[in-house]
Amino acid sequence: MYAFDIERPTTLAEAVKHMAASEENQALGGGQTLIPTLKQRLASPEKLISLTGIDEIRGICEDDAGRVCIGAATTHAEVVAGAGAYPALAALAGNIGDPAVRNRGTIGGSLANNDPSACYPAAALGSGATIVTDKREIAADDYFEGMFATALDEGEIITEVKFPVPQKAAYMKFEQPASRFALVGVFVAKYADGVRVAVTGASEEGVFRWSEAEAALAADFSAGALDELSLSGDNMISDLHGSGDYRAHLVGVMTKRAVTAAG
Amino acid sequence: MPQVKMTVNGKPASGEVEGRTLLVEFLRENLGLTGTHVGCDTSQCGACVVHVDGKAVKSCTMFAAEAEGSEVLTIEGVAAPDGTMDAVQQAFQDHHGLQCGFCTPGMVMSARALLADNPTPSEAEIRDYLEGNICRCTGYHNIVKAIMAASGQDVSTIAAQ
Repeated sequence: MYAFDIERPTTLAEAVKHMAASEENQALGGGQTLIPTLKQRLASPEKLISLTGIDEIRGICEDDAGRVCIGAATTHAEVVAGAGAYPALAALAGNIGDPAVRNRGTIGGSLANNDPSACYPAAALGSGATIVTDKREIAADDYFEGMFATALDEGEIITEVKFPVPQKAAYMKFEQPASRFALVGVFVAKYADGVRVAVTGASEEGVFRWSEAEAALAADFSAGALDELSLSGDNMISDLHGSGDYRAHLVGVMTKRAVTAAG
Repeated sequence: MPQVKMTVNGKPASGEVEGRTLLVEFLRENLGLTGTHVGCDTSQCGACVVHVDGKAVKSCTMFAAEAEGSEVLTIEGVAAPDGTMDAVQQAFQDHHGLQCGFCTPGMVMSARALLADNPTPSEAEIRDYLEGNICRCTGYHNIVKAIMAASGQDVSTIAAQ
């Protein structure tokens, strides 16, 4: 790792001030992606601003609209234990990485990083969540801008994520067996006003909504409704773990499994 | 360099660290607690698992500065002061839960975290929980057996290997 300093603010206001001090400063969530990245010298921040000591952006509650609201510095393990009002989300969090990773990794860190194979982007996009920052609220549909790219401005900090709770939902992940990241993961959620299907791990463009499947499932929420649908492998990630065509096929399979699991 | 203070195995510990000093480096190099191992250094293998404020974490993927004010438990703090092993350590010895021993500190710390959450885990739950702990001797059967035994369960049904 290149040398850097660490600040551990205890309030959001302090963290915002630190982030504004230099464009070379970088927010640090649980570090489960950023620390390995630093070790590979793929990043060289001047200062890391640790967000995990800020109590006001940690914890889980429900707002007046019935949304499950999760502070950005809440760990995956805390979501497993505390998001019982949204079981599909708690189940997704409980299958990220391994237990020790889940004790450190945070939802804000995952969404800010937007790894194309991460699980949380599928939950946020599949739920039509709202990403709250120190400056504004961003709809999930406007937030994800491609692999590792988001609508966050320089220095902007995610503070909270608000998830509308669906009538039915499930996440199905086909794990890349070595890393346990999603080779393909599909989050399906049925709301009163429609169905959302979000796919992670597959596309070169990062997490995306499969709109044809959403329309088919809105008319008939059953695995059979997807029989006639298929996706092209052209823009899918192709690597030694699976070709683009293979991933495109898996999207169909995992979507059906998610629909079945949602019941 | 900034100072960091924490409690390690019940005793106050402090030292000067760089921002980039990992918790495992602080434990091994500043405090001389070399029981916590660095296997892969990429947060995959789990040889570096310690408890921070009661939670199992990979100490190669956490900065020492992030443990400021925390209670840290390493493998050195598991046995009683007179050297009597705790139930998990004793079960690893009784059931040959270690071969080369490199992964053992992390395995024991993960096992203790599991049993704190789930005092009588099934074989499947143990295997699932150990997803982030790799034994390159592939001694998993006896590790699983040891953890079941440490939880007071009958291990005669576990496949002998």
